[in-house]
Order: sequence, then structure tokens, then C-alpha cells
Amino acid sequence: MNLLNISNNLETYLIIGAFLFGMGFYGLLQRRTLIGMLIAAELILSGASINFMAFNRFLAPDPTVGQIFTLFIMAIAAAEASIALSIVIAVYRNYRSIDTEDIVELKG
Amino acid sequence: MNSLFSADGLTGLVFLGTIATTVVGAIIATNSVRLIRAVVGLAICFIGVAALYYFLNSPFVALMEMLIYVGAVCVTIAFAIMLAEPHPEKQVGKNNALAGVASLSVGAMLFWGLTVLARNTNWKAAVSVANDGSMREVGKSLLTTYSMVFELISVVLLVAIIGALVLARQGREKA
Repeated sequence: MNLLNISNNLETYLIIGAFLFGMGFYGLLQRRTLIGMLIAAELILSGASINFMAFNRFLAPDPTVGQIFTLFIMAIAAAEASIALSIVIAVYRNYRSIDTEDIVELKG
Repeated sequence: MNSLFSADGLTGLVFLGTIATTVVGAIIATNSVRLIRAVVGLAICFIGVAALYYFLNSPFVALMEMLIYVGAVCVTIAFAIMLAEPHPEKQVGKNNALAGVASLSVGAMLFWGLTVLARNTNWKAAVSVANDGSMREVGKSLLTTYSMVFELISVVLLVAIIGALVLARQGREKA
């Protein structure tokens, strides 16, 4: 397959989406601050959105469905980011830290 | 086989640049030590994703990606980092090496498995396509078929705004 023609191929987009998903999962496990984990979660969501858009372009009988679903994913991600960041601010106010190792008040 | 300097060849080059932008942005976002650099990496990655959406025949979603993710979400995360920046010396070298290797292998296994699935599945294209998927068609079905979901999303966003304000205001006197 010619390397310059891969933009018209479904598998290219699926592999990019899988890469973003894997990177997001790696970041979610490896990061030790709450904001870092939120950034990784945004990567996971955008990997899912790329899959929706790729199936929408190449396979869907109605090519508006995937676009609308991606727009809804964006709205949910914006709501999630605002709620999560305000929780982070509240945690920082109480603990003076956003490190996940420091928030251990309930630990036995 | 087309040449590099035809229109298709240049499109392919731009597409390769788009992939490189997305991948480099994702790597910066997950691996940089300082969080503000991770946010910049996230913004770079989202710019690449918006260009991918443009290649997927939907400039409207590409515009929304730039507007919402790069313009709003990344800026909000940057503000949160300015309000709650952790001490930089605290997080250097404190990470367990075994945990890093384990999380990297989990991410690599997920990527590998999804890639094998995507390559080995026989994807069947739709027999007939209902419309061209333009911005006009998106707007039409957003206000007819999906109008209920559209209203619900706006209610969710309203509740999220109010909830964020309530959560961030609590305990403000203590600080």
C-alpha cells in the first residue's frame, strides 16, 4: 500500500484511535497527579471520538450519526472537565496537594 | 503510484504530518514531568485530531474540536494548574519504576489488541448512503431526530456549570 494514500483508508484512523486510547490508558495508570489523570482521560475520549468519526465516514448508512455522536462526546467531555477541575480545586484547598498519594484520610 | 508533487501526493504528506502531530502531542501529554507542558501537548494532540476530522469529511466537527477542546478545555485545565500547581521537586523520581513499566505494557497491549482487531475484521461498507453528511444535514437531524438528546445535553451542561460553581465555592472561607 502506498504510504501517501493512507488518508483514504479506514484502518489508518482505527489505528490512530487505538494509539490515543492506549496512550490515555498508560497516562491514567502512570500519572500521580489528579490533573495529569484528567489529561489522560481526555486522550481516551478523543480516541473513541476518532473511531466514531472513521466508522461514520467509511461504513455508516447515515453519515450524520457519527458526527452528532462526536459532538455529544465533546459536550460530555466539557462537562466532565469542569466538574473534575472544580473537585481538584476543592481537594487542593483541603490538602494543599493534588498528588494522589496524599489524599489518604480515609485509609485504615 | 502517484508522484509526491501531485495533488494527492501533497495531501498524503499533509496527512502524515497530521498523524505525526497527533502522536507527538499524545506522547508529550502523557510523559512530560511538568503539568503545564502536558496541557500544551494535549492542545497539540487535539489540533492533530481536528485535522483528522477535516480529512474525514466533516469540517464542522473539526471546527468544534478546535473551539471546545483547544479553546476551552485546555485553557480551563491550564487555569486549574495555575491555581493548584504541585511542587515540581516533589514528583521527580518518586514514581515507582515497576509501576511505569506495568502501565506502559498495559497501554501497549491495549493498542496492539485494538490494532489487530481493526486489521483482521472484514469491515462492510453500507449499501446505500442516506445523505452527504454536510453541515446542513447535521443541523437538520440535530433538530429533528436528535432534538430530545440535544435538549438533554444542554440540561447536563447547565447542571455541570452549577455543580462546578458549588463545588469550587465550598470551603472558600477556609483558604
